[in-house]
Amino acid sequence: MEIPYTVEVRRDTGLTNGKIGIWLFLASEVMLFGALFASYILIRTGAPTWPRGDTMLNVPLATVNTIVLISSSVTMVMAWASLMRRRFETYRIYMGLTILCGLAFLVIKYFEYSAHFHEGALPSTNNFLAIYFTLTGLHGLHVAGGMAVNAYFWGPGAKLYKTNPVWFTNRVEHAGLFWHFVDLVWIFLFPTLYLL
Amino acid sequence: MSDHAATSMTGDHAVDIDKHVRIYITVFVALMVLTVVTVTVSRFHLPVPMAVSVALLIAIIKGSLVACYFMHLISEKKLIYAVLALTAAFFVALMVLPVVTVHDGFWIH
Repeated sequence: MEIPYTVEVRRDTGLTNGKIGIWLFLASEVMLFGALFASYILIRTGAPTWPRGDTMLNVPLATVNTIVLISSSVTMVMAWASLMRRRFETYRIYMGLTILCGLAFLVIKYFEYSAHFHEGALPSTNNFLAIYFTLTGLHGLHVAGGMAVNAYFWGPGAKLYKTNPVWFTNRVEHAGLFWHFVDLVWIFLFPTLYLL
Repeated sequence: MSDHAATSMTGDHAVDIDKHVRIYITVFVALMVLTVVTVTVSRFHLPVPMAVSVALLIAIIKGSLVACYFMHLISEKKLIYAVLALTAAFFVALMVLPVVTVHDGFWIH
């Protein structure tokens, strides 16, 4: 049986099922990160003293990571635009770059984390580090998850393009919406944790 | 399926995508500039309320650019706006919650 409304839009919603599905999922993600941001505000405002992020964290590395993640959002949207233009090989290049940027982000994050652990700065050390590791750890898992989906659409999942290019383009658009969301979360995490 | 594939390859559509791509590049440059601004401002060591306001303002501008252009929210269907309006309302409630808690006895007085 064919999956309904992958390409044609439903009359009642005006959308494909995949599109409404990914947005409902992102709405739940907003609440997930929102709860942790609220926890951060509560812990910070309740603390007698709170360290400035740049006294404990590596701002230059995080700035590079911000640039890497923003760049990956651009390559992701360009991957989708390439499919809209029916240029599959260009899509492959942009999607490959997006995956590499995700990898670069996680490698830089790994260096940051290992430097903290080496200094004995652990989640159990203080509330600042606890919320820092929780928020960046959850975000890192999202980057890894997004990379897995993107790698699938770069590799085996790309077979769909030959039989149903519009459906494939839609799937890449939905993967892109998740990837941009992960970028958006970082845009708020970076100043909150590192600069304030 | 083939109808859709055909329509998305028409000339008008290609022009439309070219316009999109130009916007993506502009947004990319704006995001880079705002990243530099936010890091530079943090070096001035402004008083905390001021620093939080500036950093949040820049982050909101950057986030809006990503949501509006990369996530195409600038031209989306009504149902998605409805879902996001509901999400935004609950998100605001979540953010207000710790503020209310800090003002001890806010509801009693």
